[in-house]
Amino acid sequence: MKTAVVVFPASNCDRDAAVAVEKVTGAKPAMVWHGDRDLPEVDLVILPGGFSYGDYLRSGAMASLSPIMEAVKRHAGRGKPTIGICNGFQVLTEAALLPGVLMRNANLLFVCKSVPLIVENNNTKFTHNYSQGGTISLPVAHHDGNYFADDDTLDRLEDEGQVVFRYADNPNGSARDIAGIINKGGNVLGMMPHPERAIEPQLGGLDGLPMFEGLLEAVN
Amino acid sequence: MSAQNDPASFEQAQALGLNADEWGVILKRLGRAPNQTELGIFSVMWSEHCSYKSSRRHLRKLPTTGECVICGPGENAGVIDIGDGLACIFKMESHNHPSYIEPYQGAATGVGGIMRDVFTMGARPVALLNALRFGSPDHPKTRALVSGVVAGIGGYGNCVGVPTVGGETNFHAGYDGNILVNAMCVGIAEQDSIFYSAAKGVGNPVVYVGSKTGRDGIHGATMASAEFDDASDEKRPTVQVGDPFTEKLLLEACLELMAKDAIIAIQDMGAAGLTSSSIEMADKGGVGIDLNLDLVPQREQNMTAYEMMLSESQERMLMVLKPGHEDESRAIFEKWGLDFSVIGQTTDTNRLVLHHEQAIVCDIPIGPLADDAPKYDRPWVPAAKQEAIDPSTINAPLSTGDALLKIMASPDMASRRWIWEQYDHTVMADTIQLPGGDAGVVRVHGTKKGLAISTDVTPRYCEADPVEGGKQAVAETWRNLTATGATPIAITDCLNFGNPEREDIMGQFVGCIQGMKAACEALDYPVVSGNVSLYNETNGQAILPTPAIGGIGLIDDTALMATLAFKNVGDTILLVGETEGHLGQSIYLREICDREDGAPPPVDLATERRNGDFVRTLIIERTINAAHDLSDGGLLVAITEMALAGGFGAEIQPSTMNDLPDHAYYYGEDQARYVITVSSDNADSVIEKAKGTGVPITKIGMVQKNHLTIGDQAPILLDDIRASHESWLPQMMA
Repeated sequence: MKTAVVVFPASNCDRDAAVAVEKVTGAKPAMVWHGDRDLPEVDLVILPGGFSYGDYLRSGAMASLSPIMEAVKRHAGRGKPTIGICNGFQVLTEAALLPGVLMRNANLLFVCKSVPLIVENNNTKFTHNYSQGGTISLPVAHHDGNYFADDDTLDRLEDEGQVVFRYADNPNGSARDIAGIINKGGNVLGMMPHPERAIEPQLGGLDGLPMFEGLLEAVN
Repeated sequence: MSAQNDPASFEQAQALGLNADEWGVILKRLGRAPNQTELGIFSVMWSEHCSYKSSRRHLRKLPTTGECVICGPGENAGVIDIGDGLACIFKMESHNHPSYIEPYQGAATGVGGIMRDVFTMGARPVALLNALRFGSPDHPKTRALVSGVVAGIGGYGNCVGVPTVGGETNFHAGYDGNILVNAMCVGIAEQDSIFYSAAKGVGNPVVYVGSKTGRDGIHGATMASAEFDDASDEKRPTVQVGDPFTEKLLLEACLELMAKDAIIAIQDMGAAGLTSSSIEMADKGGVGIDLNLDLVPQREQNMTAYEMMLSESQERMLMVLKPGHEDESRAIFEKWGLDFSVIGQTTDTNRLVLHHEQAIVCDIPIGPLADDAPKYDRPWVPAAKQEAIDPSTINAPLSTGDALLKIMASPDMASRRWIWEQYDHTVMADTIQLPGGDAGVVRVHGTKKGLAISTDVTPRYCEADPVEGGKQAVAETWRNLTATGATPIAITDCLNFGNPEREDIMGQFVGCIQGMKAACEALDYPVVSGNVSLYNETNGQAILPTPAIGGIGLIDDTALMATLAFKNVGDTILLVGETEGHLGQSIYLREICDREDGAPPPVDLATERRNGDFVRTLIIERTINAAHDLSDGGLLVAITEMALAGGFGAEIQPSTMNDLPDHAYYYGEDQARYVITVSSDNADSVIEKAKGTGVPITKIGMVQKNHLTIGDQAPILLDDIRASHESWLPQMMA
């Protein structure tokens, strides 16, 4: 599996994502600068966590207009796997690759902790190694993780199986406890929790590993 | 313009904090009165904050060398050898005054400043910690200060993407008018790629990079060298405003340039901004510097030379480059969207010469500004000794169990989760011991090694006996690192005290240094960097003496790291070290008996070392299942913390010390002690081993499910303790 990790100004989980990818695939991902206009030929694109453009204006808003995002949209448009983690999820919503927005956490405080998540849909390229309805534990670390969309959109997401992860104990006020969603095509996943921080027993568990392993199986 | 070049008067010098003697020295060295810009430069360079004029002669007493020390105090941060060609670069610094005036920005820029001190030397920051002291929880300002400081620390560190892995927070009325915000940063560099600040050569380009200069923070260093009064809110304009986004870009750009062979010297612009960075670089390299201030990137119009030189705008660096590397360097900074401007060159004049709008606005010799800065031998008196308290004279108003519930929910002992969950403590994916343990531990990326890091001081001990308190602060970090299995290597210090012009305050300072020195020597634990913050007073009320210590230890194999959490039901609980039931200055005395008096527990450094080495050896041999050092609150608090962390209870045998009251046994704060657990099969052999090395050890109980049972008292449900322990801070902040 060939992977690209996009580096925006003040991405800060780009290295963590690269370490996780290399651990699972054995290959270093391409680190692609946000100012580039083209992606290398890859199977998977990761928009990593961080504070692109300092979260100024709105989280992800400026990054969604970076030159590289046109290439990311083309990649996603061809049905290829694309995942936005944390700030990457915010960028995906701002780029309209996913519906809804991520607002400031309901209690207005940054939150960093491991949270239990329910796998709502294991019938995706990303989640087929998890069991449907099972509970996993992944770290969150965000200030703006409060997912919001209008009721029609939320209903549609639920009906179409686009809600992939739900918080078992909502840490940020997200509508319907949504922690991660996928697009209709099933190839663009956005999630606030960090699977790349849960790939070793020493670091908060192994529950992130099945996602990367599952992707590897799905694209090979 | 002309006003700037007019000669300054003594009255103007006084207004900037200079005294008559200092004014006399300036006149003599220059042979004339300084102009306004020059006076501003002298005043900040000779401020307490920049010159260490009251503390320098005492700081010299601290041990600063050792096998592991690559670079001791005097550079931007201390550097130690951690093997494999790698170095750990670290420092702790205060941002007290700004944080009291403007908590969010004050704390945020404190974090930003200490990170720059570390990456300016070539290290990638890998961990942040902080030591915070707030006033009484009931004080009307405390909640807003806690909220702002915590948000500011998180807002900055989270954005830059460096995990905040530990720290400490105290509440005490002594900090009502003057909180302490001490931030520590730890970074890792290749030993052959460490950057220093000495400018070398003549005619080399002096380069400004980072954010533009504005009018913020002007005279911040002078503010940090004066007491507060009721009008201190008016000083808000002297607080800098941070931009962590720019810091992250500056970090990446600097590290990218450092991988090339372009930099001769580099220094961040911290306190006193362009003034202190240019003067320190020139002074260390024995050269002069000419700067053209018209070339300084500016974000406001019509800035004067004075304003540019004294601005403390954040996220800026000054570099001296090898000639011919300007274009390569510029390309890197422009890629990251940062300003890059060649603003001057090194000279052989040993003078600082500033040009602005076609005129020379400053021309002064570097020597008097830096090396010849005033040094004072301030008069001091030793602190009065307090009587040791005989535990048999202290009545127990509560049962052991009720006292425990109350202590675990008291301001200084309640869970800090509300704070550390606001810090990203897992970014960089190397944090293997989270806040809440004895020390934060981060892996050395890509290796099996780890760095254990802890910040500690017990200010109430320091106030009661500065020498013992100074010892204890150093010893407690050493113990905390040891309890993870780390070998303690070196410390940084952040010495927070009141007005040094008062003999009693100076006595506290001298006493704490004396104690620290003794402990550093006995534990082979040198001081490699540090910071002094004096004048922490408001309306004449000084803070408790607070010499915060940040210790670094090395774990050779992180698979062997210990944590405090109980692991298995049935494990034997052992107490290592001697218990005498010392209640003076204890948490028990304060929280249960409403008394803050007595001598603090004495620290026997030879015993510290012997007991700690014993525990560390057991950890490395994998004999221990859990380890925790004993400090605030004593034995029962330590056991409870281990129980809460592991989700197991414990059955604790009754005290066998018949001549000691139970509450002194359970809550005394005797030093050099640890609680460890071992599997019951190993208990006897561990006890034998301890006896063989002369280490006192006592079997005190067994790990159990769900309940904490103390002697013959009714069992306490662990969940009840957890509920009150976890809820105090969120409730206070709700």
